[in-house]
Amino acid sequence: MNAIELTRLDIAYGPARVVHDVSLAVAEGESFALVGESGSGKSTILKAIAGLAPDWTGTISVLGNPRAHRPERDFARTCQMVFQDPYGSLHPRKTVDDCLAEPLAVHGLKGRDERVKAALAAVGLDRRFRFRYPHQLSGGQRQRVAIARALMLEPRILLLDEPTSALDVSVQAEILNLLKKLRREQGLTYLLVTHNLPVVSFLCDRLAVMRHGRIVEVAHVEALKTGRLADPYSRELYAASGGALQPA
Amino acid sequence: MTAPLLSIKNLTVTFPTPKGPVEVVRGISFSLGRERLGIVGESGSGKSMTGRSILKLIRPPGRVTADEMVFDGIDLASLRERRMRALRGARISMVMQDPKFSLNPVMTVGEQIGEALKTHRPMPRRQLRARVLEMLEAVRINEPERVADLYPHEVSGGMGQRVMIAMMLIPEPDLLIADEPTSALDVSVQAQVLDIIDELVRRNGMGLILISHDLGLVARYCDRILVMNGGEIVEECAARDLDKARHPYTRGLLAAMPRMDEDRDELPVLDRSAWAAT
Amino acid sequence: MSAVRDWLLDDSPASRLQASLGRSWRSFSALMRNPLAVAGALIILALIVMAVFAPWIAPYSAIGQDLANRLAPPSALHWMGTDELGRDIFSRVVFGSRITLMIVTMVAVISAPIGLLVGAISGYFGGWTDRVLMGLTDIFLSMPKLILALAFVAALGPGIENAIIAIAITAWPVYARIARAETITFRDSEFIAAVQLQGASSARVILRHVLPLCASSTIIRVTLDMAGIILTAAGLGFLGLGAQPPLPEWGAMISSGRNFILDQWWVATMPGFAIIAVSLGFCFLGDGLRDVLDPKQRDGR
Ligand SMILES: Nc1ncnc2c1ncn2[C@@H]1O[C@H](COP(=O)(O)OP(=O)(O)OP(=O)(O)O)[C@@H](O)[C@H]1O
Ligand SMILES: Nc1ncnc2c1ncn2[C@@H]1O[C@H](COP(=O)(O)OP(=O)(O)OP(=O)(O)O)[C@@H](O)[C@H]1O
Ligand SMILES: [Mg+2]
Ligand SMILES: [Mg+2]
Repeated sequence: MNAIELTRLDIAYGPARVVHDVSLAVAEGESFALVGESGSGKSTILKAIAGLAPDWTGTISVLGNPRAHRPERDFARTCQMVFQDPYGSLHPRKTVDDCLAEPLAVHGLKGRDERVKAALAAVGLDRRFRFRYPHQLSGGQRQRVAIARALMLEPRILLLDEPTSALDVSVQAEILNLLKKLRREQGLTYLLVTHNLPVVSFLCDRLAVMRHGRIVEVAHVEALKTGRLADPYSRELYAASGGALQPA
Repeated sequence: MTAPLLSIKNLTVTFPTPKGPVEVVRGISFSLGRERLGIVGESGSGKSMTGRSILKLIRPPGRVTADEMVFDGIDLASLRERRMRALRGARISMVMQDPKFSLNPVMTVGEQIGEALKTHRPMPRRQLRARVLEMLEAVRINEPERVADLYPHEVSGGMGQRVMIAMMLIPEPDLLIADEPTSALDVSVQAQVLDIIDELVRRNGMGLILISHDLGLVARYCDRILVMNGGEIVEECAARDLDKARHPYTRGLLAAMPRMDEDRDELPVLDRSAWAAT
Repeated sequence: MSAVRDWLLDDSPASRLQASLGRSWRSFSALMRNPLAVAGALIILALIVMAVFAPWIAPYSAIGQDLANRLAPPSALHWMGTDELGRDIFSRVVFGSRITLMIVTMVAVISAPIGLLVGAISGYFGGWTDRVLMGLTDIFLSMPKLILALAFVAALGPGIENAIIAIAITAWPVYARIARAETITFRDSEFIAAVQLQGASSARVILRHVLPLCASSTIIRVTLDMAGIILTAAGLGFLGLGAQPPLPEWGAMISSGRNFILDQWWVATMPGFAIIAVSLGFCFLGDGLRDVLDPKQRDGR
């Protein structure tokens, strides 16, 4: 069974269609990357899967179940999302603790104190950050809170929208190691959006390259490591990242 | 050599806490000519606070003190808020780290860019619109006509950042402080946007402070680099010598970067105890 | 003492209770450091004390007439003088604080939550919900407050309770507008999307995540509106539709003192001072609250 399966997916915002005819299958336990041009619809695909971009046609199925066009309570425990902008994704009037305890409260889960502490430790945030407000945290610290929040419900699938682009390399390394470890230990599935090809190379098994709302190439990570991407745009991205191209 | 564009001595930013004040920037000094200065450092090391304090954008109760903070002969430290507002945007601009958060959610991005220009240089409507579209195109936005009429929550992460950059560049400032300006951009657009900034530096003699955690990027686009940690400058070097940096902290940062042909199972993380003692 | 203080101000609280107590303590001490807010709080505290202990504070009865002593100027016997029926104005002002306090709290308790809820729902859902609710709000907004209140009291019958209901009904649309405007600025933001994704129901999102963000501007607005509410109540009283005589309602006292304003200035002025003092108290407190309720401006962690 595939963790995520998209067939002939078109996504629109009002009159503007931004994603065209995307088909994709992510196996369970796989880590799949979406890379590509800015504004090409990568975040939109994640939002459609999560139910936040409701205007789509085609099919989306997650662990074999078709997805509705809105967020759902049961789905929340299967799949969570980390947003691109750590400044906009935390409630300005809630402390880190409120923010992490909220999903537990929504689902009536017990042992909140322990779980919140464990989650903070897992993302490498000191205890003294627990009762701070977002405006008292730096960009990187906020993103770690956002990742911790996504992990609170122990989902099987994580939709990661540029989880480390706001982080410095040392924290990025910590988060990448953490994501890798979680995946190994809990068999998580990742659908990761990034523009950092080396991150793909470290964390992912396959990648899809997007441009103008379409997938132009799906490749195995080996092709990336060895610089044997086929599509001209993928090769352009690869070269701009400082990779040495090989004949496809 | 002429007087520097910006000179800062012993800059300190403190936040009061019930347990006494905490210094998030601890007495740093540097000066900047019409050149490109990079500031790198780990998350929480005080990079953004340094940038914000130059524009006096630290919200109370945060406090900024400095022995000297002079921009082009103007003493920023003693400047009144009203004069400071005239300076902000027109002569010193800052691209904030939180692009969408810094935009007004109920105004279209086109209007906001227009506003940024209009307040410093009034011009007729038609011409304003043309300048706005031109600027959006300059930051490589594909359909400027459409994007100008979108609200901030309707643009993608990378577009938001480029809108911010357009807004800050349109009045052609003398000093640009760019806080993680391209963290949400794909590499090819990133290069194009930085090239635009670079051109302004060359053509107009603009000064640039580029705050980033991307060492490679900073090395490529800057002349000089400051490495910050725990609110202090731990190392200063010419950009081309970055890979020869000696401080264990800088070396740690370099090692933590994943590579294109990554085969390590785990990335080395910083051993923070290594230099904490010093 | 200092151990308790240290515990409250601990940089890394060990429990949620400690954190929230510490937070309240810090808000409280921040409020106490703001001189205007302290002044406001003191005035309102005085109002409450006056209302609670009115029978002990007032030297005379509020309604006992003494026609021999009509329109006496302020003196040691009658601190604020007497009115046209020889009643002691000071005593009436003291007893009047009960009515004022009741009107003000009842109106706030009824209209602020209604306004907040209508505004938040309208802004959050948008679409036709928004159009219907805002259409309704606009109808209320487009009519002058006093006239609308008058119409309601005329329909419900005169009396202080009905006056309160009438004023509450006319007061909520402003709060609905404010709450809606605030909600719209962040309903598309990612922190709201994040709670939706966690499976929170719309009711929970609105109550726990949207309302707290609108609350502070509404609270500030409510405190600033208090003066207007007191005056509307007075206006109704004057027209014989609010507090009924001989109830010592401040507004009604002013209206009756109007006739003697030139020769016996104290009759209308003394309750006027009371209204001004209380309104200012609410304004000061509102200002102080704004500084405290906005965590971006609050110091410390
Ligand atoms: N709510 C919305 N209403 C209208 N258009 C939208 C909305 N959200 C996104 N768009 C448009 O959809 C397109 C794709 O946006 P999306 O956020 O998916 O891009 P992206 O691939 O994630 O880019 P980036 O790497 O810059 O984040 C953009 O052109 C954007 O303007
Ligand atoms: N209002 C505040 N009160 C207390 N501490 C604060 C406040 N604002 C920021 N800080 C602290 O100041 C430190 C420096 O923050 P700053 O935003 O400058 O970091 P940064 O170097 O820009 O990091 P990043 O790369 O993650 O953005 C952080 O440790 C942060 O927690
Ligand atoms: Mg995106
Ligand atoms: Mg920063």
